[in-house]
Amino acid sequence: MAAIELRGLTKVYPGGVKALDSLDLDIPDGEFFALLGPSGCGKTTLLRTIAGLETATGGAVVIGDRDVTGVQPGGRDVAMVFQDYALFPHMDVTDNIAYPLRIKKVAKGARREKAEEVGARLGLERLMDRRPGQLSGGQQQRVALARVMATQAQAFLFDEPLSNLDARLRLEARTFLKKLQRELGVTTVFVTHDQAEALAMADRMAVMEAGHIRQIGTPAEVFQRPANTFVAGFIGSTPMNLLDGAVRGDTLEVAGCKVSVPASAEGRLTGGEKIVYGVRPEYMAYSAGPAEGALSGKVAIVENLGASHLVTLDVNDVLVQAVVPEGSEPAVGDDGHALPRRDRALVYRDGELV
Amino acid sequence: MTRFVLGRIGFSTLIAVLLAFFTIPLLWLVTAPFTSDPSYEVKVPDFTWDNFQAVVEHPYALPSLYNSLILSVGTAVLVVLLAALAAYALSRVRLPGRDALLYALLLLSSIITGTAAMVPLFQLAVELNLIDSQLGLILILTGGLLPAAIFMLKDFMDSTPKSYEESARVFGASPLQIVRHVVVPVVRPGLATIAVWSLANVWGNFLMPYLLLSDVEKQPAAVITYTLYTEGGQANLSMLSTFGLLYSIPVVLMYLFVSKKYGFRFHGGIKR
Ligand SMILES: Nc1ncnc2c1ncn2[C@@H]1O[C@H](COP(=O)(O)OP(=O)(O)O)[C@@H](O)[C@H]1O
Ligand SMILES: [Mg+2]
Repeated sequence: MAAIELRGLTKVYPGGVKALDSLDLDIPDGEFFALLGPSGCGKTTLLRTIAGLETATGGAVVIGDRDVTGVQPGGRDVAMVFQDYALFPHMDVTDNIAYPLRIKKVAKGARREKAEEVGARLGLERLMDRRPGQLSGGQQQRVALARVMATQAQAFLFDEPLSNLDARLRLEARTFLKKLQRELGVTTVFVTHDQAEALAMADRMAVMEAGHIRQIGTPAEVFQRPANTFVAGFIGSTPMNLLDGAVRGDTLEVAGCKVSVPASAEGRLTGGEKIVYGVRPEYMAYSAGPAEGALSGKVAIVENLGASHLVTLDVNDVLVQAVVPEGSEPAVGDDGHALPRRDRALVYRDGELV
Repeated sequence: MTRFVLGRIGFSTLIAVLLAFFTIPLLWLVTAPFTSDPSYEVKVPDFTWDNFQAVVEHPYALPSLYNSLILSVGTAVLVVLLAALAAYALSRVRLPGRDALLYALLLLSSIITGTAAMVPLFQLAVELNLIDSQLGLILILTGGLLPAAIFMLKDFMDSTPKSYEESARVFGASPLQIVRHVVVPVVRPGLATIAVWSLANVWGNFLMPYLLLSDVEKQPAAVITYTLYTEGGQANLSMLSTFGLLYSIPVVLMYLFVSKKYGFRFHGGIKR
C-alpha cells in the first residue's frame, strides 16, 4: 500500500494535444479516489501516466515516497484494469489470474493455488477452466479484478471498469467493488465519466475538465458546494439550476424575481454586481401558492422520476427546475412557486463559488 | 411447364459439364498411378504398384521431394520469423511514411519474383556465389514472399488490441516475454496462414529453382516433373501421374491439418 503524489504533471501528445496541464494531486494511502470528468478531459491519460504507459512531458509521479517518473511500468508496483479488461484470450481464467505471478517467477503450483484462492474470493470457482471468450461481461470484470488482486501491488488503477456492464449489473458491481476495496485497503484510483458512480463509490474525488482539475473533495463536498459552475453543472443526476442574476441591495434579482442572499454568500457581495445563482432542483420547496423569496412562473414540463417529479417552471422566459414529491405534482400550465433553501443555494462570481 | 423442365435440364447439363471439367483431371490423377499402361483417359485401374516401383527407383524423383521440403520449410520459417517481427514493429511503432513504404514494398515484390527480374536475379546470384545453392534460392524466395506476408500480418496485428501487451507490461513483463506470452499466441492463426501460404507457394514454384539450380540433385519436385520423359521424347504418363500424386499429397494433408486446427478456409483472407 502506498500514497500517490502528482507534482505539476504535464502530458503533451505528439501532435500538440495538451492532455494534462500541470496537475497536482495527493492521494493518501488506502484511499478510494475517483477521477471524474467528461469524455476527452484526460482521465485515461492521467491513469496511464501514473502507470508509466505514457511518459510525462513534465512534472513528477511519486508512489509511496519513491519518485517513479522515469521508471518503466513494470517497476512501479501498480496494477491496472483496462477499460476492455485486456484478459488474454488464449489463457484460461486460472492462467490469466496467475499471469502476474508467472512474471514474478512464482512456482507453477504456488501460483495456481494463489489463483484459485483469489478466484474463489470473487466467486469464480466454477469458471476457472474457461477462456475469457466464454465469460459474460460481469464475469470478465471479476477475472480482471482477481488478476490485479493477485499482484499484491501498492496501488490499483481502474479505467472505467463498469462502463462495459449493463445498467443493473453496474449497480451490483459498484457495491461489490467498493466493498472489496474497503476490505483490501489498497490505494485505488478509479476513472469514470459517470458522476453518480463517483459520488457513490469514492472516498474522495477530483473533477477534471480539459486537462485541469476543477475541484477535489469528498463526494458530499463536491455535491453540496461545487467550487465552480463547471462542476456545478456536471455533478448531480438532475442538473443544478444556474441562473444569471444581479445583487440588488440585500437581496438578489434572479429571473425577474427577488430571492434572498444564500447563507454562504452573506456579507461577501457588493451591490449591483452580476452573479450566477445556483440551486439544485432537490433543494427547492415547491408550492402552488405564492411564497416570499420564491421563483414564480408557469409549469412548462413535468417529468416522472419515479418516487418524485421534476417540474420545469417558465420564470419570465428562464427555465427553473424543482423536484416535487409524488402525489403533489402540478399539471402543465399551472402557476407554480419554487422557494430555494437558503442554506443550500450558492452564488458564483466569474464562474467561481463565492 | 416444358420450358421449365427444359431449362432445368439445360442448367443441370451445364453444371455437369463444368464439374467434369474440374473433376476428370483429379480422377485421372488418382487412378492413373494404379493403372499398368496409363493414357490420357480415365480408366478403371488394375491396381498395380509397378508405377510406384518405377518412381522409387528413379534416381532423382524421391530426393527431389525432399529438396522441395527443404526449400519450402526453409522459406516458410524465414518468412514467418521475419514477417512477424517486421509486421509487429510496423504495427506498433508510428513511423512517418510507414504506409507508403509498405505499398512500395508490395508493388516491388510482384516484380522481384516475376519474369521481369529473371536476368538481374540470375546475375545477382552469380555475383554473390549463390548460384546452384539451396540457401541462395531460399533467400531469394523469402525476399519475394516477405512484402506480401508483412502486409497481411500487419493488417492482422493492427486489429489485435494494444491493451493485451500494455497489461502484460504493467505486470512487469519484458518485451521478449510480451512477445512470447501474449503477441505470438494471439496472432498464431495469422502466423499459421502465412506459413501455409509460403509453403504452398514454394512447393509449387517452378521458375526460380529452374533458373537458379542447375545441379539436378538439388532440384525440387516441380522441376523434376518437367524431366519425366520416355526415351522417345514422349511424356512418361505412368511416371508423371504417380509422381504427381506423391507431389500433391503433402499439400493436401497440410491444408486439411491446418484447416482442422484453426478452422479457417483459404478464401484469401485471414480469419480473425
Ligand atoms: N495517443 C494519443 N495521441 C494523441 N492524442 C491523444 C492520445 N490519447 C489521447 N489523446 C487526446 O488526449 C485527450 C485526453 O484523452 P483521454 O485521456 O483518453 O480522455 P478521457 O479518458 O478523459 O476520455 C483527448 O483530447 C484525446 O484526443
Ligand atoms: Mg478514457
